[in-house]
Amino acid sequence: MDSWIELLHTAWPFLIRGAGYTVFFALIAMVLGLALGFAVALVRIARVPVLAQAAAVYVSAMRGTPLLVQIFVIYYGLPSVGIEFEPVTAGILALTLNVAAYLSESMRGAIAGVSRNQWLAGYSLGLNWWQTMRHVIAPQALRLAVPSLSNSLISLIKDTSLVSVITVTELMLATKEVIAQTFQPLPLYLAAAAIYWVLSALFERVQRAVEKKLELAHRH
Amino acid sequence: MIELKNLCKQFVQKNGQPFNAVDNVNLVVPEGEICVLLGPSGCGKTTTMKMINRLIEPTSGQVLINGEDTAGIDTVSLRRNIGYVIQQIGLFPNMTIEDNIMVVPRMLGWDRKRCRERARELMSMVALDPDRFLHRYPKEMSGGQQQRIGVIRALAADAPVLLMDEPFGAVDPINREQIQNEFLLMQRQLGKTVMLVSHDIDEAIKLGDRIAVFRQGRIVQCAGADEILAKPADEFVASFVGHDRTLKRLLLVQAGDVADAQPTLTASLDTPLQQAFGTMDDHDLRYLTVVDADGKPLGYVKRKDAKASDGVCADRLNPITITSNPDENLRVVLSKLYEHNLTWMPVLDADGRYNGEVSQDYIASFLNSGKTHGRQRAAPK
Repeated sequence: MDSWIELLHTAWPFLIRGAGYTVFFALIAMVLGLALGFAVALVRIARVPVLAQAAAVYVSAMRGTPLLVQIFVIYYGLPSVGIEFEPVTAGILALTLNVAAYLSESMRGAIAGVSRNQWLAGYSLGLNWWQTMRHVIAPQALRLAVPSLSNSLISLIKDTSLVSVITVTELMLATKEVIAQTFQPLPLYLAAAAIYWVLSALFERVQRAVEKKLELAHRH
Repeated sequence: MIELKNLCKQFVQKNGQPFNAVDNVNLVVPEGEICVLLGPSGCGKTTTMKMINRLIEPTSGQVLINGEDTAGIDTVSLRRNIGYVIQQIGLFPNMTIEDNIMVVPRMLGWDRKRCRERARELMSMVALDPDRFLHRYPKEMSGGQQQRIGVIRALAADAPVLLMDEPFGAVDPINREQIQNEFLLMQRQLGKTVMLVSHDIDEAIKLGDRIAVFRQGRIVQCAGADEILAKPADEFVASFVGHDRTLKRLLLVQAGDVADAQPTLTASLDTPLQQAFGTMDDHDLRYLTVVDADGKPLGYVKRKDAKASDGVCADRLNPITITSNPDENLRVVLSKLYEHNLTWMPVLDADGRYNGEVSQDYIASFLNSGKTHGRQRAAPK
């Protein structure tokens, strides 16, 4: 037991640096993924010709193939057609494209879940499509979407571990590197698992705070 | 003023056949009046109204507002100049009451201060305390309060025309009655031109200066409420307004209507009883009202007292216990008569002068006569 504590004491700085990368990947992919996901949902809801069909294919492809394969295609596959990314860029790109597909479906469902009457009310007051979406529909849809968006975003935090395969020293790869020197997989993997759990739990707190704020209008 | 000219809406049904949801509708709503579009569901009344602010594009025909063809106005500015009270209230649950009311003024670019003042003014019009309610969310208010907010939201930018799609359908009957009364008072003050969709004949009678009865996309009758009840154009209208339609007219016909339809006969204190008897005999009356020089009633004499008596009316005077005023509707009048076990009562004008009388016989003969209510409608009390 004493040796474990000593081990973790030595490994701590490496794991924390790795966790920093994990948080960095997760936050950037979250922000970009939410933006892209919203755009994809809008295009499909508004039935923009061509774009809507393209968006549907994109969502189907991203949800229908493993994230690991997507990461390989972007980092190892694309260079053969002359598109090369730094590992960090490739990781962010893959995570963003993947999570955006899931997020867009949650948003599309939530937008469709807002009563038709609200659109009619917006139009009848002289709001146009975008103003109605922006001021009336989207805020209500957000409230409906938060639980399922949070699901995807928590998955995203854990999925960042997959970018370890493209030489990005995030939490997972950092852990492996320490193990390679110390030959102590159990305490180190458990430590890594604990850090992922803490990050997810912190995110759950954010989710609850957002839900509480959005709930304001629906207290009764 | 709203004018509909040859307005049509054709939909293509699933089987490919065209279907005329609105079929050549012509209608004029003069400025400051309330016109109720009445009919069963699927009769085209809501479609007709939605074509006015182009929530539905007409297939053909014209919509004119204050003489201007609306086809030339873009939908956004058209809608901002037409208040619209949507079915099921339609408040935005994510916005506070103030934000809900001020959506249109903000879009019109009103400054913050003007918006705030307008919101307070509108709230006081429906007797809701601005300090208590403006910062609440719709869910934190009762159904009746939400309904009132729905109406003032439509009035926020002071649009001259107001469209209402079953506006009072979402509240209980007691609240509805009260909100209808408030609305009617407000409409009379503001002089808005209103088109209101309803399937409720009682609401139509209460609110409509004019009622357009729809059936299968066409207007089958357009007239004042009393005329619709007294002379329904066909069997459909008659059954839609209900077979108790003559009783419904009691609300619409006023004591003054009935009194005006009869000769005004009075006696004075020094009129000989024989002469009073003669008057009653000639007109088949059982009572005659005795008035002073100013025309104010002092009492009445009975026919049987006058018949075999000498002397003057003053000798046989009976006191008058109950009177009516010309604006009272017949429902109230009849209720008073039954309450006091009387068959008639004098109608007095605002100065207390005798203005004729209402009796059960007179009411029956008025309702039977083919005459309809012709007096100015009073706002509800």
